[in-house]
Amino acid sequence: MIEVEGISKRFGAVRAVDCVSFTAKDGRITGLLGPNGAGKSTCLRILSTVLKADAGRARIGGIDLDEAPLAARRLIGVLPHSSGLYQQLTGRENIEYYGRLHGLAEDVLARRVDALVERLELGAIANRKAKGFSQGERTKIALARALVHEPQHLLLDEPTNGLDVIATRHLREWLRELRAQGRCVLLSSHVMQEVEALVDELVIIAAGRVTLHGSPAELALRFPGRSLEEIFVEAVQRGERSAA
Amino acid sequence: MRAVFTVCRKEIVDTLRDRRTLISLLLGPLFGPILFTALINLMVSRNLTSAEEVLEVPILRAERAPNLVAQLRARSIEPLEKHGIDGVDEAARLVATGVHDVILVIDEHFDEDFGTERAARVALVFDRSKTRAGSRVSRVRGAVEAYAQQIGLLRLLASGTDPGLLRPLVVDELDVSTPASRSALMLGVLTYFLLFATLTGGLHLAIDTTAGERERKSLEPLLALPVPRVSLLVGKMTATVCYMLASLALTLVAFAIALRQLPLEQIGMSSSFDAGTAALAFVLLAPFAPLGAALMTTVASFSKTYREAQTYGTFVLLVPTLPLAFATMLNIEPTAKLMWIPSLSQHLLITTLIKDQPLVPPFVALSALSSLALGVLFGWLAVRLYRREAILG
Repeated sequence: MIEVEGISKRFGAVRAVDCVSFTAKDGRITGLLGPNGAGKSTCLRILSTVLKADAGRARIGGIDLDEAPLAARRLIGVLPHSSGLYQQLTGRENIEYYGRLHGLAEDVLARRVDALVERLELGAIANRKAKGFSQGERTKIALARALVHEPQHLLLDEPTNGLDVIATRHLREWLRELRAQGRCVLLSSHVMQEVEALVDELVIIAAGRVTLHGSPAELALRFPGRSLEEIFVEAVQRGERSAA
Repeated sequence: MRAVFTVCRKEIVDTLRDRRTLISLLLGPLFGPILFTALINLMVSRNLTSAEEVLEVPILRAERAPNLVAQLRARSIEPLEKHGIDGVDEAARLVATGVHDVILVIDEHFDEDFGTERAARVALVFDRSKTRAGSRVSRVRGAVEAYAQQIGLLRLLASGTDPGLLRPLVVDELDVSTPASRSALMLGVLTYFLLFATLTGGLHLAIDTTAGERERKSLEPLLALPVPRVSLLVGKMTATVCYMLASLALTLVAFAIALRQLPLEQIGMSSSFDAGTAALAFVLLAPFAPLGAALMTTVASFSKTYREAQTYGTFVLLVPTLPLAFATMLNIEPTAKLMWIPSLSQHLLITTLIKDQPLVPPFVALSALSSLALGVLFGWLAVRLYRREAILG
């Protein structure tokens, strides 16, 4: 479970994240939704411990990020905004590198990588250098890399970005599978259509603040007669007006 | 510890697969020895020509000084036949335009003046700015002066005077330089090539593993792994050190081969740069590699892109030249205090090694210690820089 309580982050005069609170439960997919520059990436970066919040607290699997960032990192798998693969390494080597840095023993690592290659259908690219990969292939390898240590929590920054229809569909399937395994999946997006069929919980943020949250069903009840898209757009506009 | 090894191995493999980097890594160590060989060959061939070659010099009005010309001939200076020069102005023009390096002009009244108390005159036309012609000019001048002195002595003897009266003081020169120590200046340049090769060997890696990683956006997920930053940085710097040492070893091998081919004895130098010397030089220079790696990693940590880091990195390549320049200009002898200055201490130790003088063990230890200590300091600074959030850019 990921618990976020009133975290804030400033970059100079810019308030990137302003007192954001939400909870992402195990066995559920939580969507962090907002326009570009709303603070989604900053939130995820704080949760992946590469940034430190100025105020507030965040816990992953009960571990406070401020107190034990190294322990918290063991519990998360991160799919960053850009895949950040090493061009000169093969798909498999990219995955293995992260597995080793997570401290996996060589025999365990070999088994895990084999399983991931099979499940994510990486056979064709596993032994090719990452140099010529398509966006979809990069995302696949980066996802496998984030899953190699079988983390309970998964942080995905705009995972569907640049993927074609088929690849997006595959990604959704895998995320549902991870949910079925009881994992806590937190993903960000700026397009409602891409996630409305996928997420169990929506956290809409605009101008660094949470303006609306709830499950799609709850939101539909609260705003009868409107599509999720309309609810999203109104929530964003409301948030941006109050910030200005 | 395992993380350090994992990171180091990955960086080494990553770089090995990049063909462009690998080629530049292999060419770097060859550059020094090739340039060095060319320089020495040039020096040797020039020295040989000036000492033995028959020098043809146009002599205007040679017929007025047959004895002088005979004397010049005895010293392999042949008068050039049919030069067609008819005056000093013409001679000056020909020298200025580079047709001849030096022209000897015998005065119109040379034969008349020669037997009298008046000094007979000859003019030497040359261009001092042409350093290439310098040795030829001094050969001609030397020959003419020797002739004049000989005639002078003969005249004194003829008049019954002791020629010794004209030499109240005699300077005896005692040159104690050995062939090995004479070669030291030239081979001192070698230290710079070696340090330069060491640094260039790691330049790409130091930049690629830091600024490059940041630019390619692979740094952020790496920093989200449960690995302390110090392990990441030590792994990266260790990989850089490996490449630096490989580059140093290659350069030393290339030098050892190149110096064996060179006719160093012919210019009064002797070089004992054999396999043993090369191995010892490697040991003396190796402690400089961690310092170079840490310094470059620190510098690269400040830059946002590979290109920017490359610019700063190039300045780092110049840093070790500063103490070397001073050392060469001031002709510094090794002392314990100087062993605290990296690059200078290595230079002094290598020079000692080349001069065939005994190495002082405490000096060697001090040089290694100071370089390593400074390396640790810069390494610590790099780790500090990586703990900042700004490292993500």
